[in-house]
Amino acid sequence: MNKELVEKIKNNPDYQELVAKRSSFALKLTVAMLVVYFTFILTIAFNPAALGSQMSADSVTTIGIPIGMAIIIFAFILTGIYTKRANSEFDDLSNKIKASIKDN
Amino acid sequence: MNVNRIFLFLILGSIAVFASGTIEGAIEKQPLNMSAIVMFVIFVGATLGITYWAAKRTKSAKDFYTAGGGITGFQNGMAIAGDYMSAASFLGISGLVYLKGYDGLIYSIGFLVGWPIILFMIAEPLRNLGKYTFADVASYRLRQTPIRSLAASGSIATVILYLIAQMVGSGKLIQLLFGLQYEVAVILVGVLMILYVTFGGMLATTWVQIIKAFLLLSGATFMAIAVMAHYDFSFGALFAHATELKGVEIMSPGGLVSDPVSAISLAVALMFGTAGLPHILMRFFTVADAKEARKSVFFATGFIGYFYILTFIIGFGAIVMVFQNPAYLDMAKQAISGGSPILGGNNMAAIHLSHAVGGDFFLGFISAVAFATILAVVSGLTLAGASAISHDLYASVIKKGQVDSVKEMKVSKIATVVLGIVAIIMGIMFEKQNIAFVVGLAFAIAASANFPILFLSMYWKKLTTRGAVIGGSLGLATAVLLVILGPIVWVQILGNAEAIFPYKYPALFSVSVSFIGIWFFSITDNSHDAQAEREAFEAQYIRSQTGIGAEGASEH
Repeated sequence: MNKELVEKIKNNPDYQELVAKRSSFALKLTVAMLVVYFTFILTIAFNPAALGSQMSADSVTTIGIPIGMAIIIFAFILTGIYTKRANSEFDDLSNKIKASIKDN
Repeated sequence: MNVNRIFLFLILGSIAVFASGTIEGAIEKQPLNMSAIVMFVIFVGATLGITYWAAKRTKSAKDFYTAGGGITGFQNGMAIAGDYMSAASFLGISGLVYLKGYDGLIYSIGFLVGWPIILFMIAEPLRNLGKYTFADVASYRLRQTPIRSLAASGSIATVILYLIAQMVGSGKLIQLLFGLQYEVAVILVGVLMILYVTFGGMLATTWVQIIKAFLLLSGATFMAIAVMAHYDFSFGALFAHATELKGVEIMSPGGLVSDPVSAISLAVALMFGTAGLPHILMRFFTVADAKEARKSVFFATGFIGYFYILTFIIGFGAIVMVFQNPAYLDMAKQAISGGSPILGGNNMAAIHLSHAVGGDFFLGFISAVAFATILAVVSGLTLAGASAISHDLYASVIKKGQVDSVKEMKVSKIATVVLGIVAIIMGIMFEKQNIAFVVGLAFAIAASANFPILFLSMYWKKLTTRGAVIGGSLGLATAVLLVILGPIVWVQILGNAEAIFPYKYPALFSVSVSFIGIWFFSITDNSHDAQAEREAFEAQYIRSQTGIGAEGASEH
């Protein structure tokens, strides 16, 4: 990629929009995943009893079980959300940028 | 009792007379073993057929490393999940759940949550910048020779550790099922794997992986449903029965992470380690474009998450159906040490459960699938290791890119054979280790050496060759050193009384060393080359974000 092309793409509003939108979107989702996971793992480290408390008096099932399952499902949902948006909105922007280079 | 017969067979097998005339009578009396053997043979036959088909299509280095780039997102998601649903995951995690209950789930979650991060941060730029291996990306704007040497070392170290876990799983499994000697089983796996990879390359490796992933998910689903059906699909009833047998402590976090440092360190290893596994990263080059790469992560996350929920149910199923069931207990061991040791060790919990819920035929099926799992995963790993040797070390470092595709493939195949032999030797040496834990070690190295360089090369403008090489080397060395000085190697393997480094999981320290080292030695680098490398970032970033220029570069 030559310098001229780099400058051209860099100044393309579609490119700026793509990078800004995707970066902030990816960052938000990453932070969401990290917060959920590290909350879980730090709870295990500092207060394992919290996850070991029973869901009800007559049940041995602890709240740690549904929480663990929910984290697995949460991870799956996050990847779904990202894939859906990236495969439509972000790819459309990418294609627009590619088309704009071909014009000249 | 069939399992008593297995036990008898085990003893006979350990005298290594499997092939001799004296044991044939025993085989005839083993309908159970015969069904397993038949299914093994069918699977091996089918996969060798695939290898033959793939061998005819594998002409160039691109075919060998990336299956020609023609795998779809769904197929690749299945294959990635297949690489993940290894024998260490299936047998190790269900065994860990069987042994410690809730702690097994902690492992599963840690293995899984790296995936979204890979998708958001790594998958797309990797796909847009790379060609065959992640070292392609790391060395994109940095100096080829030092970066590739380091990245290849990280890959090879990760691959070998991961291979050990697989080989140990395979040895134990076949030992239990056939009564073959442990060493013989490990050699058998090594030889088959060498055949798949050398002749069929990535195409055969991927299809073996997809078929096995399908079989494993089907089998595990059946087991989980069978367990739940016993309790009218009530988790409460299953857990209640399990705690009657093993105590209520299995429902809470226990000894797996005993202190905050270990907990965070394990979390760091599992999360960043996932993003630095060479055999997984390599799978992003088998799809056509970034869109398919994203889809493959989405499908992979779904399959892996579903699978881990199944292994959790299977582990609890083993508690209620295998624990204290005399048919599955190791009488000889019990006579010596008491307790309720199960035949073949805790990693066999899922295998015994398959017999408890589905009888001899299903035991044969699950055993065949577990065997297939090992073959598929070791093939993927070996291919990644061989690529690091042939593409990164041989073609790029030694020959400076002046090598033809045919010669490079030849080196890949030689590397495959060598890695196969190393895997066999190490598999035999590590027989007694907990296989899920050895995977943890592989993750520490992937997280410390591979991930920081890969990540910073994609996103940090100021990264220089000097920073990446020194920081990455420090991370790798720290990870390896702390593993050696830690409780597992220093105490359990080398037999010292006390570990010099007290934590089982070194990743927190080694990843920090790596990042800080890379940062420090990059920002203090004022050389002319470093300036040029920083200036080259812009063009690299545009390509990584948009894929412009990526189409042409992935052609050979």
